[in-house]
Amino acid sequence: MLLVIYGNSDKKLVGKLESVKAALLIQSWYRCYKARLELRRRQALSIFESIEYADEQDQLQLAKFFTFMLENYTQKKEENSVYQSIASIENQRLDTKTVLRMVEVPDSYEGPRLMFPLTYSDVLLLIKAFKENQILHARYVLEVLVEAKKVLKQLPNITHIMSIETKELTICGDIHGKLDDLFLIFYKNGLPSGNNRYVFNGDFVDRGKNSMEVLMVLFALFLVFPNDVYLNRGNHEDFLMNLRYGFTKEITSKYKKHSAKILHYLEEVYTWLPIGTLIDKKVLVVHGGIADDTDLEILNKLKRNKMRSVLMPPSTPSEIELRNIQFPYNFQTSSMSLDQMPKDDWDQIINILWSDPRKKKGCSPNTTRGGGCYFGPDITNHILNKFALKMIIRSHECKPEGFEICHDGKVITLFSASNYYEEGSNRGAYLKLKKDLIPRFFQYQCSQMVKSKTLHESVNIVESTAFRILGEKLIARNSELMQVFKMYDVNKTGKITFYEWGKAVGQVLEMDLPWLSLCPRLAQRTEDGYVYYKMGFKKLTAINAPKQVKSGMFQTLVRYRRDLKIIFNVIDKDKSGLISLEEFRDIWKLFCSHYGIKIDEAHVDQLANAMDLNHDGSIDFNEFLTAFDVVHRLGGEPKP
Amino acid sequence: MAEEKDNGDEEMETNRVKGFAQGHTASKVSETRLELDAGLLELQKKIKEAFEVFDHESNDTVDVREIGTIIRSLGCCPSEGELHDLIAEVEEEEPTGYIRLETFLPMMVKVLKERRYRPVPEDVLLQAFEVLDTAKGGFLTKEDLVRYMTEEGEPFTQEEMEEMLSAALDPDTNTIQYRDYLAMMVIDEN
Repeated sequence: MLLVIYGNSDKKLVGKLESVKAALLIQSWYRCYKARLELRRRQALSIFESIEYADEQDQLQLAKFFTFMLENYTQKKEENSVYQSIASIENQRLDTKTVLRMVEVPDSYEGPRLMFPLTYSDVLLLIKAFKENQILHARYVLEVLVEAKKVLKQLPNITHIMSIETKELTICGDIHGKLDDLFLIFYKNGLPSGNNRYVFNGDFVDRGKNSMEVLMVLFALFLVFPNDVYLNRGNHEDFLMNLRYGFTKEITSKYKKHSAKILHYLEEVYTWLPIGTLIDKKVLVVHGGIADDTDLEILNKLKRNKMRSVLMPPSTPSEIELRNIQFPYNFQTSSMSLDQMPKDDWDQIINILWSDPRKKKGCSPNTTRGGGCYFGPDITNHILNKFALKMIIRSHECKPEGFEICHDGKVITLFSASNYYEEGSNRGAYLKLKKDLIPRFFQYQCSQMVKSKTLHESVNIVESTAFRILGEKLIARNSELMQVFKMYDVNKTGKITFYEWGKAVGQVLEMDLPWLSLCPRLAQRTEDGYVYYKMGFKKLTAINAPKQVKSGMFQTLVRYRRDLKIIFNVIDKDKSGLISLEEFRDIWKLFCSHYGIKIDEAHVDQLANAMDLNHDGSIDFNEFLTAFDVVHRLGGEPKP
Repeated sequence: MAEEKDNGDEEMETNRVKGFAQGHTASKVSETRLELDAGLLELQKKIKEAFEVFDHESNDTVDVREIGTIIRSLGCCPSEGELHDLIAEVEEEEPTGYIRLETFLPMMVKVLKERRYRPVPEDVLLQAFEVLDTAKGGFLTKEDLVRYMTEEGEPFTQEEMEEMLSAALDPDTNTIQYRDYLAMMVIDEN
């Protein structure tokens, strides 16, 4: 055996080393180094996941707020415009011809020009143009959406595919606006065609910067090969999710004055996307998963287009009754309930779009996401048996290798957006099915960087992004954190241990992360291993918020800025980006009351005036709230 | 020990005896009982956090193939052979392919407290490179490094070799300037 050369106090090697021992030393050291990097990388990923799910959980509160708003918002004007924008879409529809006539393509437009009905060469034209970073004109975007809706409307809720020997079938998971990944898949696997069928399992948009281009390519392919391209709705094919996760912002920045019309149509097209695909009556492909009461018969029959957004659940009959008792003003129950989808149907769809598989048996509410369920292997078995299915293929969760198999091979997670959280965070994958229905997986990872990164560099990148967004959370909860820190600091020394810091932060943020390990990297520490908690957090961030905002309001605005953007956008019926001072005041008060935030009447006015940037009595909320986005200290654009 | 010492002192004495037995350095002896407890708590938490990162099913078990990474990420530097021995200590009677936290934790606490498998200091590492540098030119050729790493000791996999080269290899000279490489690694780590 080799000499053991490690020792407590040895500073020199014992005896003369042979090259074998030297090699061993270097190898052991390197493996140790690598392991530490691997731990950091995985911890960074768990930060991303935690934050993503915490964000989704916030949505539950937002959904409740919309209901609350509907109940309590009274406007002095005759028509209740907020109610209208939330409850009904019918009023706003202009006929297609009028809309298209309103959007003309100027001669100076150099982008791709499409001819309807679309053909394969239009698709190739589109792909070529997008590779050259061109933007498709709003007119064509609208036409594509209009045509897509016409075809989608004809489809059943769950589309059926019978596999054919001569035709390949490929299934892709979340793409999230990553056009490069989509092109990579097409490069490796060929474009969709009569012989090359594809199922895209939802979440085409949000987060990535080319959501519109992804959507256009997919819809164009769908229009050209309607029998060979299958599009399932994901939880991000939801206009309110888009407000939060970046697609709406992409549209408004790319399409400016035409964005309102596009957003309007998009809202509706989403609702017509099928919610699942059944292959050979044996393999169910849905975006999220299932629940214990998932019923394919109900799913087949329900009116899927009435599911507008996860944030707008239908009120149950009892709630409506309650409202009538408490608020005897003219509540239009009849139109509300006619327009709505029955709660049971709605739950069925939400479960399909939002659920996640877990090892634990049983079915429980998916509290991390705020929607859908956690379903165990027993639930999978039950549903597969009930409907004579062999397997469920779903997406919805980012996996380091792009796919994951669980529940004894019966549930497959497929995720096609590589580098989802950050460059280097994960691979993407797609799978192919033949008649034997045995999946074959293909992985890839897109790389934008010309020079390939060393292990250390790529871990650094993932980690620093994770810390930046974690830093946002810390800033937003700063005063609560300070309170808890002080509790631990009994002797008022200004210092607490790493362990106490970890406990405090975990408590306040309600995020289960390795806080002890993260502490040295996030907090200011002393020589002897304590944390100077009053000194704030390390290498974090700055916010260039308007000075008029009082400190109490500041944290609320940082923390809730995304929710507020959504709320104001919903009120902004004509999508002008502006709401009236009056509307703002009413909503802000409602918001604070519902979220349990104490406000001073005087501060509301101050805030309103601070937001009225042009002093013209209207509030440009997007611009105002964007100021609260956290900017990395070294400069650069805040990421959505 | 004199009988008039109260319990607290007696405990301290016991700890001191224990401390020496476990090879603690002199500075630890002055720790009070409270600090020792807090220290243990922190140690356990640190180990748990590293464990949880690889506990994909959140059921307090990890795949045995990831134990090496966990142990190393906690700052230990065992060879593959030593790792093997450690794993044997925590494996089930009937190896299931999984290691449970409840067996791993006490073992790891002991390893860390006893300061086993400490990483060697930088100058020792430098000497190791110098041993391999038979020509004493201050560098290793790519071929030589690859040969040593993939044929001697506990050979690297191709992936490990490529990864090391991506940072260590100076593309202009196709050599490994090991002094510079080590200096860079030390900065990286901090």
